[in-house]
Amino acid sequence: MAEHSSYVPGSGLTRWLDQRLPIIRLVNDSFVSFPTPRNLNFWYTFGGVLTFMLAIQIVTGIVLAMHYVPNSEMAFLSVEQRIMREVNYGWLIRYLHSNGASMFFLAVYIHMFRGLYYGSYKSPREVLWILGVFIYLLMVMTAFFGYVLPWGQMSFWGATVITSLFSALDQLVPHLGTSITTWLWGGFAVDDATLNRFFSLHYLMPFVIAGVVGLHIWALHVPGNNNPLGIDVKGPQDMVPFHPYYTVKDGFFLVLFIIVFLSFVFYAPNFFGNPDNYIQANPMVTPTDIVPEWYLLPFYAMLRSVPQKLLGVLVMGGALVSLLFLPWLDSSKVRSCRFRPLMKQLFWIFAADCVLLGFCGSQTADASWTIAGAQLPLVWIARLGTLFYFAFFWVLMPWIGKIEVTRPLPESIAQSVLGDGE
Amino acid sequence: MVNATNPEPTRRDFLYIATGAAVTVGAAFAAWPFIDQMNPSSAVLAMASIEVDLAAIQPGQQVIFKWRGHPLFVRRRTAKEIAAARAVPVSSLVDGLARNANLKDSAPASDENRVIKPEWLVLVGVCTHLGCIPTVSTPQSPQGSFGGWLCHCHGSEYDTAGRIRKGPAPQNLFVPPYAFTGPTKIKIG
Repeated sequence: MAEHSSYVPGSGLTRWLDQRLPIIRLVNDSFVSFPTPRNLNFWYTFGGVLTFMLAIQIVTGIVLAMHYVPNSEMAFLSVEQRIMREVNYGWLIRYLHSNGASMFFLAVYIHMFRGLYYGSYKSPREVLWILGVFIYLLMVMTAFFGYVLPWGQMSFWGATVITSLFSALDQLVPHLGTSITTWLWGGFAVDDATLNRFFSLHYLMPFVIAGVVGLHIWALHVPGNNNPLGIDVKGPQDMVPFHPYYTVKDGFFLVLFIIVFLSFVFYAPNFFGNPDNYIQANPMVTPTDIVPEWYLLPFYAMLRSVPQKLLGVLVMGGALVSLLFLPWLDSSKVRSCRFRPLMKQLFWIFAADCVLLGFCGSQTADASWTIAGAQLPLVWIARLGTLFYFAFFWVLMPWIGKIEVTRPLPESIAQSVLGDGE
Repeated sequence: MVNATNPEPTRRDFLYIATGAAVTVGAAFAAWPFIDQMNPSSAVLAMASIEVDLAAIQPGQQVIFKWRGHPLFVRRRTAKEIAAARAVPVSSLVDGLARNANLKDSAPASDENRVIKPEWLVLVGVCTHLGCIPTVSTPQSPQGSFGGWLCHCHGSEYDTAGRIRKGPAPQNLFVPPYAFTGPTKIKIG
């Protein structure tokens, strides 16, 4: 909210700079005096966590690139021998980077589900939400490229399976899909050329993410933060300045998050990893079970649940694209689930559905549950889960908003937080 | 500009459109080298052909060679396996096309169209679903219910002619371009 700028340059030098490049003013207005709803809770601290994780990934990544060799003969050893054993603190920086990716996704999922719960995607924050979805898609691509780089078995076969998704286009136009995969690979299979270009793109994309994060914060600062009540701020009594109130709050929870992050780095650095990735890539042997990293398992389950290749790819892509339409699929006038009894239940069922899909994705293709003596193939569970996922966005959200009787909204944030001046 | 006082397109309109068109075409030409550099390089294309000797392969055995970075299956089929493949009507197949680089694209997927000599089945060992390597089925260790191959990644099953019979894969295993250069010698690619 630049029009409320409260910055007063304190010295001749800052006054001189302010007239030429008002950068201190920008920082002051964005992160110091920025008026913020006074009732933001713990779940609103993950934007700060995500910014921190992006910085961690960029710094550790730049260092790793100093020692890594993007060559199909040498990549595996450059990670497992050079970086992990020979480079000073290489093991630490590598584990920070690999576990950092998991923590980044953990934080982004909490951030997204928080937005879903409090209706932060609704008017006037649609563009903010859409930019966030783009950041998430860029993160998925970056993580995919990065996972290929150690050139283990799961790296290689993950790359093969995901790039082969494009060959589904052969079913629309003969040879179209195959031409695209050959183009992506730079050969007739995933090989040295593929590894090199993935390394190049993996290095580039975090900076693209940083750019979109800048837009995301810009789009946040135009309407200002949503809040757990989901009602608009009515005046200064509903706000506090970002600093010190939220710098301290974000900082406190960031420290707790870092403790969790470093617990994995130091005590369970391979918790999120797949043992098959400690075997060097071998194009002649497929691992018995190819699984993506945990954060992509729900989408993998959707892909596998469809017995037709092109349709499976479309379903998986559609699951991601559906997120973009969310602001217009929710027909409710009320933002926060605190005042939406039906949507609140639906939210938790949706969250459970995502976990269930993730579980299905982690199991083998022919796995099944035995319930009361009857075999229940997991692929059918995944099918039901996929159906619910799409129904949630395209049927239930538009419908619930129309029939739901919402609870009465409080007068204002200040009244809700402080009471009626009692 | 076209407007109420001057309804005719002007020379300036023409210049705008001509300039825009020239820039678009120029941008497309300039973009092409940056797109095409990602296609297989001449070094990759140079290694695209191999010659192999099949004499040591026993009936019922499959041997895997490496061709264009992919496994290449050469399976010496038993009479029983050939008969099983030939007994299947083409109309009942998931993919009715031979997918044989040595024949026309429209050739039907009869067993005859999948081989050059019935005994030798030569296939690219890449599942047409998402690129995993299918596991060969033998009488001692059956994989899937069609006697050919089973892909463990997502459960696609192939028969003894390498044709898709069940599961998510859309197409039969590809038959690469190859020719016999001797009684038991083939050149692939």
